[in-house]
Amino acid sequence: MTLKAQSTQETENLTATIDNSMIGDTAQSSQQLSYRHAFMLVLKRDLTIAMRHKDDIINPLLFFVIVVTLFPLGIGPEAQTLSRIAPGIIWVAALLATLLSLDRLFKSDHLDGSLEQMLLSPHPIFILVLAKIFAHWLITGLPLILIAPLLAVLLHLNEQSYTALLLTLLLGTPVLSLLGAVGVALTVGIKKGGVLLSLLVLPLYIPVLIFATSAIDTAALGLPYSGQLAIIAALFFGSLTLAPFAVGAALKVSTN
Amino acid sequence: MPLISAVNLTCIREERLLFDELSLEIYPGDIIQIEGPNGSGKTSLLRILSGLSQPYDGHILYKNEKISSCREEFHQNLLYFGHLSGVKDEMTAEENLDFNLALHGNKNEESLTYLAKINLAGFEESLASHLSAGQHRRIALARLYHNNAPIWILDEPFTAIDKQGVSGLEQLFSAHAQRGGCVILTTHQDLISIKPEQVKKITLDYDYL
Repeated sequence: MTLKAQSTQETENLTATIDNSMIGDTAQSSQQLSYRHAFMLVLKRDLTIAMRHKDDIINPLLFFVIVVTLFPLGIGPEAQTLSRIAPGIIWVAALLATLLSLDRLFKSDHLDGSLEQMLLSPHPIFILVLAKIFAHWLITGLPLILIAPLLAVLLHLNEQSYTALLLTLLLGTPVLSLLGAVGVALTVGIKKGGVLLSLLVLPLYIPVLIFATSAIDTAALGLPYSGQLAIIAALFFGSLTLAPFAVGAALKVSTN
Repeated sequence: MPLISAVNLTCIREERLLFDELSLEIYPGDIIQIEGPNGSGKTSLLRILSGLSQPYDGHILYKNEKISSCREEFHQNLLYFGHLSGVKDEMTAEENLDFNLALHGNKNEESLTYLAKINLAGFEESLASHLSAGQHRRIALARLYHNNAPIWILDEPFTAIDKQGVSGLEQLFSAHAQRGGCVILTTHQDLISIKPEQVKKITLDYDYL
């Protein structure tokens, strides 16, 4: 009896839907496709997922802290040696921590099919991709920047270098996320693309590493480091404008 | 005017020819069932029709215009439901549906009603990871109730759905066709609630040679 009742209800519901909606009025019933709306939509979703799946935030951060704290143990506590190698250690650790987190950027979306749905959305792909990369930076890059000064104290970083360290991280970590996204997009269709991803992405990270550590070293000597910063900024704006399009194209190829 | 038409499609997968010079025109009101044994290229055909995959040769037209040149309009009028449901485990049923609708540029004021219609009332706040496989698929299928996209491309929509759900979906398909939409689906089951004369069948053969 209950079964029957349920099915009649279902049919009633169905007729109701048929009555109040007609096909063909897409323009009227769909929202204005604004870039900002699409960006916020994907950003909010990715942050919600990250907050419920805290591994994504904690793993790279923990890796960063562990690597940096292991160096004084291995090299010895001499302040002079440590402060000499501090910029390199912090930046290499940040680089590897980002690389470690890259896989999550599109992998899970690819596995559960939401990537296909994004590619089929009427919104332009680059705006959705940009939102995902920004979310990735907020989840991995920002925590690194916040904890880096603390680790710099541990490594006796020269006092004059703190501003340079923060500025290079602030400009440099988004570049890592943007360039990394291109690599992930290219390898997302491959079952075990981890090694290939490192090979693809690490060479692209080297310019950032060179100029960032050079800026921090120059700052320690009390010299102006605006030149190095300008180059990192150029890398940032270059990748900000080009990477989302490259990622979009790469995703289309990967899901083909 | 056909809603969607395929012109001389050729699809090659793993150095095997799946179909060759396949042309078809799909008009408003059509329900098309694509049949064929496993590996005969049903999913490949649907992915090509939706623009997700590129055919080896040939092209797809939406209202006589190439889909690559009217991407936004085509995607606004297309609902594709693949093997993978696109439901995130970390989000609740309602959040998933809201996101899926908004991603395709739809207003989503009634997601609770849609979830109730697909028999998920009471599960709106449950994380998708806590739900069963069938309920998982239902979250994705709830989008069908917000039907303003005329073209439905559905790859095995009945997988893991119970009998009652299947007949509900079949009624939804025929209602959609009556309203001037078209449904292209693959399934190994026979459609029970839809009259056989309403359904057009495309059979893909599997060449063992």
